Amino acid sequence: MAVTAFVINGQKASVDVAPDTPLLWIVREHLKLAGTKFGCGTGLCGACTVHVDGRAARSCQVTASQVAGKRVTTIEGLSPKADHPLQRAWVAEQVPQCGYCQSGQIMQAADLLARNKKPTRAQIVEHMDGNLCRCGTYPRIVRAIERAAGGA
Amino acid sequence: MNIKGKTSSRRLSRREMLAGSAGLSFAFALGAPSLFGEGDALAQAAGRLNAYVSIAKDGTITIMSPALEMGQGVNTSLPLIIAEELDADWAKVKVVQAPINAVYNHPILQQQLVVGSLTTRGYWIPCRTAAAQARRVLLDAAAERWKVPVEELTTEPSAVVHAASKRWMSYGEVAGFAKVPEKMPEIKPDQLKPAKDFRLIGKDVPRPDVVDKSSGKPLYAMDVQVPGMVYGTLARAPVRGSGPTSFNADELKKLPGIIDAVAFDNGVGIIGNSVEAVFAARGRLKAQWRDAPGAKVDSTANLHEYLAHVRDPARKGVVGRTTGDANAAIAGAAKVHDSEFTTDYVYHAQMEPHVCVASVTANGVEVWTGTQWATKAVAEAARAAGTTPDKVTLHQMQMGGSFGRNIFVDYVIDAVNLSKAAGKPVKMIQNRADDVMNGRFRPMYAQRIEVGLDAGGKVVGWRHRIASDTVVPYIYDQKRMEAQKGVDHIVFAGADVPHYDVPAHVADHIYEERGVRTGAWRGIGAGATNFAIEVVIDELARLAGQDPLAYRVALLKDPRARRVVETAARMADWTRKREGTALGVSFGKLGLPPIGFALVGTVAEVSLDRGSGRIRCHNIWCAADVGLPVQPGNVVAQLEGSLIFALGSALKERITIKDGLVEQSNFDDYEIMRLSETPQIHVEVIRSGDIPLPVGELGMPGVVPAVSNAVFALTGRRLRNAPFTPNRVKAALA
Repeated sequence: MAVTAFVINGQKASVDVAPDTPLLWIVREHLKLAGTKFGCGTGLCGACTVHVDGRAARSCQVTASQVAGKRVTTIEGLSPKADHPLQRAWVAEQVPQCGYCQSGQIMQAADLLARNKKPTRAQIVEHMDGNLCRCGTYPRIVRAIERAAGGA
Repeated sequence: MNIKGKTSSRRLSRREMLAGSAGLSFAFALGAPSLFGEGDALAQAAGRLNAYVSIAKDGTITIMSPALEMGQGVNTSLPLIIAEELDADWAKVKVVQAPINAVYNHPILQQQLVVGSLTTRGYWIPCRTAAAQARRVLLDAAAERWKVPVEELTTEPSAVVHAASKRWMSYGEVAGFAKVPEKMPEIKPDQLKPAKDFRLIGKDVPRPDVVDKSSGKPLYAMDVQVPGMVYGTLARAPVRGSGPTSFNADELKKLPGIIDAVAFDNGVGIIGNSVEAVFAARGRLKAQWRDAPGAKVDSTANLHEYLAHVRDPARKGVVGRTTGDANAAIAGAAKVHDSEFTTDYVYHAQMEPHVCVASVTANGVEVWTGTQWATKAVAEAARAAGTTPDKVTLHQMQMGGSFGRNIFVDYVIDAVNLSKAAGKPVKMIQNRADDVMNGRFRPMYAQRIEVGLDAGGKVVGWRHRIASDTVVPYIYDQKRMEAQKGVDHIVFAGADVPHYDVPAHVADHIYEERGVRTGAWRGIGAGATNFAIEVVIDELARLAGQDPLAYRVALLKDPRARRVVETAARMADWTRKREGTALGVSFGKLGLPPIGFALVGTVAEVSLDRGSGRIRCHNIWCAADVGLPVQPGNVVAQLEGSLIFALGSALKERITIKDGLVEQSNFDDYEIMRLSETPQIHVEVIRSGDIPLPVGELGMPGVVPAVSNAVFALTGRRLRNAPFTPNRVKAALA
């Protein structure tokens, strides 16, 4: 066990965990920020996507030792009142069905829009292709990202 | 409006309900519609009362949603139906997940059980009747207060109106003085609101759960933490009916953070202080498993046997569907067309791996989970804990997908067992590999269809043979299978052809009991049976030298069926020549005769990379007749989702088993559809009546055959083995 200190959603945090503990479990179970989801545990589905120093990362593939001193943002910290343009677009397009993968989808999409304000459809597809949705909300995910990028 | 994600199954007395709401609470006994011949259900239900609708003095209307949400939208559609009949202002409605209590049972299924896309259809008349009773109580109370005949009163959203005296009173005001009568007013079916007056049904209201699901709110069992809990996992035996004979308990118990490692009849339980500790120990489990019938299963070899069985006339299956004398018709036919199909096992791949928090104490059991069969979850939790169902509190959570998987409550039993062993609350999580291995797969199918044609080419008889694993004994039990005379309705689903002009039809099922864990997968049997049927229709069209669309439309005797196929074809611009792509069409159905069939016409546009054998689906056009679309936007969403889901089973999804072991373990070797593979989806919803028909699985039956038919149109080669993996496609082209 070792104390790992980092910043989460703008606040200092420290946890006493084994150095190889996945960030996913630190966020969900130790810090009780449950919006970040466990889907595959091996970086294959994207349900656990968070931002580490501003870039999308699969939290199940980032360890405690790797996150020390970094800034982590989860879905809970994406916007003050769940009103990020993507979140508004997600509601407008009625994207979620079961909803389980959607935190990861939104965090992945937020990473795209932070660096590319007007992505083409092909850029959206490429950037989002690693985030799986079993309910098949993909058409709406694309529409919502386009809506958010359009400032709607 | 908001939605409360969890409630308990503790039985509340009627008085408690009434006292708690600071207004009016309405309790109802929902009767089964006489249509289903279960009229005595009303009498059975009459003794159970609970609150469905409460109106507070401030006008807030709380509606219990009796069904279980897994993304299909029932926590919107059922409250919406109640709000419509009550004439409630939807903006003032608060939806609450109902407790687990018999009063909320599905009126047809007589359980809190969400299956078969039957939820909206089943609750439709009972919920409306109950809401109309509540509205009538409000009207009666206002009439008495104003001293006017009740017939002179009407309602507008959340208000009673007396037009003659221009008086108006909100439901909240009425709730301040009205009393719920001992006997609720009788409402006859013809007193329900006529469909032409609907304000909410058939319009789109936003789903109340979407905001929370877009902001990471803790709605799921995966998100639950309770005081004093520890973590656990239960490594199931790889094969159904097996369990550990020995395992490296001492080694596991020494690992950091591990509290205990326990042998259960069905697997090895590992309990620890953190998920990471438990999962690390799971990775180091070495167990010997006792022998079980499924331990030698080789799915590839078995599929050849299944095929041999459907080819063997001496091997008799259980006849599950029959009209006329198909065997005689085929024996006397001028020509017999026959063809064969296979479909592999498929896995649900719900995004939330199995998880359940259980707390077993001397006082009873508390369980936090998402289930499609809450009634059974309560019963099984009680059984596992050695107590009675009234001592079980089930907190029903949103399901992170399910698609049929969570009809089984195995993970609830596992969590209860772990909590018993730990003497503490345990959060039981399965890792993805265990979730796959412990999957409940749609059975593997071999099918053979023989069609007898007369000298003029007219269909005179249709024989459909199915060899597959069974499902009903495992979802329900052997007793139910016997009560159904051995007819496995889940396997047979879709195997009848009532919409086609086929005078004689028979379908039989040869049981293949191999010890594989099987279950109900979205669309159940129709995902396999309709693949076979609709490819055969295509073959018959080619045999007759006709366009598959024209042939299909001519053979469909049901006008609703013709309409969905013709509509999909029009949407796809069927006759337009295309460069490098081709179209395939299919008809599909979802439902049962007493409930009614929702119908679907599907056209797929595909291209093919001959070098790699990879099929790409560019467009799917889908016309769906759902009777009355309660929430048209959600009908479109469910179709989009189920069409994509079905496309996965057409192109990629495949579970194989070797030496009894499932060979796949995660999303790298069990691939589901990705965004980049998703075609443009075009859906047209057809309203054909005033009754909502099944929706949630409606995209499933049509896609696999439409893709196969499209590939034939493109290449002249038939794909008969789903999924159409690159290797199979290359083999078909060779």
